Amino acid sequence: MTTSTLRRRSAPAAAVLTLALALSACGGSDDDGGGGGGGDALSGEVLVDGSSTVQPLTAAAGEYFAEEEPGVNVSVGTSGTGGGFEVFCQGETDISNASRPIKDEEIALCEENGIEFTELQVATDALTVVVSADNDFVDCLTTEELATLWGPAAEGTVTTWDQVNPEFPAEEIELYGPGTDSGTFDYFTDEINGEEGVSRTDYNASEDDNVIVQGVSGSANAIGYFGYTYYEENSDALKAVEIDSGEGCVAPSAETAQDGTYTPLSRPLFIYVSDTAASEKPEVKAFVDFYATNDDRIAEAAQYIPLNDEQRSALESAAESIG
Amino acid sequence: MATIGQLATRPLKAERNGDKSPASILFLVALWVALSFAVLTLVVLLVTSFMDALPRLDGELFTNYSSQVSPETAGARAAIIGSLWVIVATAVMAIPLGIAAAIYLEEFANPLRWYNRMIEVNLQNLAAVPAIVYGMLTAGLALTIGLRRGVVLAGAIALALLILPVIIITTREALRSVPAEIRQGSLALGATPLQTVWRQTLPSAIPGIATGTILALSRALGEAAPLLLLGGLVFIRYDPNGLFSGFTTLPIQIFNWAGQPQVEFQEVAAAAIIALLGLLLLMNGLAIVIRNRYQRRW
Repeated sequence: MTTSTLRRRSAPAAAVLTLALALSACGGSDDDGGGGGGGDALSGEVLVDGSSTVQPLTAAAGEYFAEEEPGVNVSVGTSGTGGGFEVFCQGETDISNASRPIKDEEIALCEENGIEFTELQVATDALTVVVSADNDFVDCLTTEELATLWGPAAEGTVTTWDQVNPEFPAEEIELYGPGTDSGTFDYFTDEINGEEGVSRTDYNASEDDNVIVQGVSGSANAIGYFGYTYYEENSDALKAVEIDSGEGCVAPSAETAQDGTYTPLSRPLFIYVSDTAASEKPEVKAFVDFYATNDDRIAEAAQYIPLNDEQRSALESAAESIG
Repeated sequence: MATIGQLATRPLKAERNGDKSPASILFLVALWVALSFAVLTLVVLLVTSFMDALPRLDGELFTNYSSQVSPETAGARAAIIGSLWVIVATAVMAIPLGIAAAIYLEEFANPLRWYNRMIEVNLQNLAAVPAIVYGMLTAGLALTIGLRRGVVLAGAIALALLILPVIIITTREALRSVPAEIRQGSLALGATPLQTVWRQTLPSAIPGIATGTILALSRALGEAAPLLLLGGLVFIRYDPNGLFSGFTTLPIQIFNWAGQPQVEFQEVAAAAIIALLGLLLLMNGLAIVIRNRYQRRW
């Protein structure tokens, strides 16, 4: 064993090291991040985390905002509504996306850390109950029928369609729904079953709504629920079920969700803005103002239902009062 | 394919001297069915991903940022650069630490001491801990030392912890396969134990160490769960540019795109899957090349 063979053997180590350095140099060369621009152009970072349902909205807002303020980086994470509030109330993020209002214990955490915040409703989502386009017997369900179908008492007992409504055929029901971690699940169970998180558990649960789309569209006897966008994108394979909450059947649509007739399954989507961040960082304030004044096209780009006139003016005045 | 099959079945045949009993044939058939099922699933997955990805496998995938407003132009630029940052930072932390720990355990530690035995048992256990646990551990650590979650450094710490046991175990394996005569010869010629390790044992073990390390880094490259838990971002339109920069990685970006309702996002997710697959194949290929080029039979 001579020294020359030993040297040769350490070549791969050197190769790996060189590669590592080359890669880091690659990343480093993009250092400037486009911070240039005119005299009063803003720069900096707006940190957003929270609900994955609201993420497309804030992402679209960030993208439009970048056209006006290219120096500001808006970045969005998806830790979930609860996970988002946890970091928001520790002052780690500037804005938190939420698919439900903030809870009391989360408010307490924010207060503990001296974080004051403002709640802004930025869009509306219509939770949509869907069946396959091949289903010819379900057009409308009452909220009672939905509760019969999805309530905890249904577990193992309600298995055929005629048990939900005697007019339906005695076919086996196939149930698809979001998993228990989802805000959609929380909202649906709260409105339909009367208590958040309470549901029958013998259904095909998936955190990926596209899986529910495939499951329901594959069988004439299947039923499932998710956000309106997933129905809109797949409306050729799916049929949206009209919901009767006592005042007749109402189909989910932008109009019915906006005017409030699609109840109880239309839900508000929020962002929570840290007042501290908005007053200390002008880019946060500018982003929120931009979000509020461009909310219509932001909602359209993210394929959510825009606010009605009343909600819009509430959003704009609330955004103005921040900071 | 055939050669792998022959290799796999040879010991069975040899042991029982051409055993043709119904039970052993049945077992062989069961093995083949299991193998073909696994391979077939993989092929179907790859082919469907590739078909979905085809319209989006172009330069835009590498040069564009993700886009909510026009999903048909979304690209994985930030994710690819983020993945590189995280993986390089992971390597810088995990490789020296892992190799040093392995050298201590293999060459210097007294296996009769209780603390060395405890380290050994814990290492084996740590290698089997689910990835998400390392994410939670790092989240707690970040909070304690005041590090912002969701930055490259935090992600790299989680991934380094994740692959550290694997690197230590494979490095020890590589060191163990260096014959004792090499060490004894070196010591007999008057080298100190440290010189022996540095100039003889370690260089001889490099092929094994490099292979294990690259495979461990490949695993880190494919992880999403611990990074998601750490607040890895899903939507950024700038290049991650430092240890304290926010980041996204390919697996996070794929996970997010695949869950979106728009077909365009699912296509770009498939394209990103192919890109990630290419990157992983490249790394594993590098591991094989290093092993073949520098391997030495004693």
